[in-house]
Amino acid sequence: MTTLTVNGEPFSLSGRTVADLVQALNLSGRRLAVEVNRDIVPKSAHADHLLSDGDVVEIVHAIGGG
Amino acid sequence: MSDLLDIAGKTYSSRLLIGTGKYKDFEETRSAIEESGAQIVTVAIRRTNIGQNADEPNLLDFVSPDKYTILPNTAGCFNADDAVRTCKLARELLDGHDLVKLEVLGDQKTLYPNITHTLKAAQTLVDDGFKVMVYTNDDPIVAKELESMGCVAVMPLGSLIGSGLGILNPHNIHLILEEAEVPIIVDAGVGTASDAAIAMELGCDGVLLNSAVAHANKPILMASAMRKAIEAGRESFLAGRMPRKAYATASSPLDGVSR
Repeated sequence: MTTLTVNGEPFSLSGRTVADLVQALNLSGRRLAVEVNRDIVPKSAHADHLLSDGDVVEIVHAIGGG
Repeated sequence: MSDLLDIAGKTYSSRLLIGTGKYKDFEETRSAIEESGAQIVTVAIRRTNIGQNADEPNLLDFVSPDKYTILPNTAGCFNADDAVRTCKLARELLDGHDLVKLEVLGDQKTLYPNITHTLKAAQTLVDDGFKVMVYTNDDPIVAKELESMGCVAVMPLGSLIGSGLGILNPHNIHLILEEAEVPIIVDAGVGTASDAAIAMELGCDGVLLNSAVAHANKPILMASAMRKAIEAGRESFLAGRMPRKAYATASSPLDGVSR
């Protein structure tokens, strides 16, 4: 288990990579952006980027705005 | 007549830029945008709800980046660091698309731009390769400074965001236009079609609005009204209005009337 903070909430992940996290959240294939400890993790690196206990992850998407 | 708006080397036939906030649902958002004729559409960047319905509809499925130029904003940011961070997330989200609307706000009550932080964020973003369209106040000196820094468009407010009070200081907008070498787009304050026409008659290159359409009783009809107002205002500007005079000048000859 990897213990993370995802969008401000505690989250326990059974995998290790950003791609594992995206899949665990049922967000695979969605248009989103991921930041780990304030650094962008590009989509091309999701499968390789290893998460560690204590990592702070932000996942964002586009919503209505002016 | 070819009269295109050029932003960062890309041309647009529509001079209306429209927001996607505050509509009833995504279907209404899509219909209103289509009716407005806008080609540049703003979006906000927010945390994805974790643990919610994975089939939740996505705005970008209704307003496709293949069809529209998506302009992510930094709304909700009250300092330069948050704004820069949001732009980087947006660039990743939109596959490297680097056109952004920078807005750094001063306080909740007025949503007036914080100019110190706006200048700081603009410099960082321009240095990082972003094409920055920047929301600012109607101060001509600040507008020129943002242009000098390399912003691709300067977007002064007509009045406070969401206020619908129209163009409160047309003289300042005119001063900005006199010196500008990048597109000047009135952003915020437009409440109804005549406000948009006034901005265009002043010589602005475009108008960015959201609430005026989304909060109209019939948003799709108002979107159509805005499209026409902006076209009419633009043509009126290009045509050049007649001079104002204090006294009457007859349109019909005064001679030869049967008596």
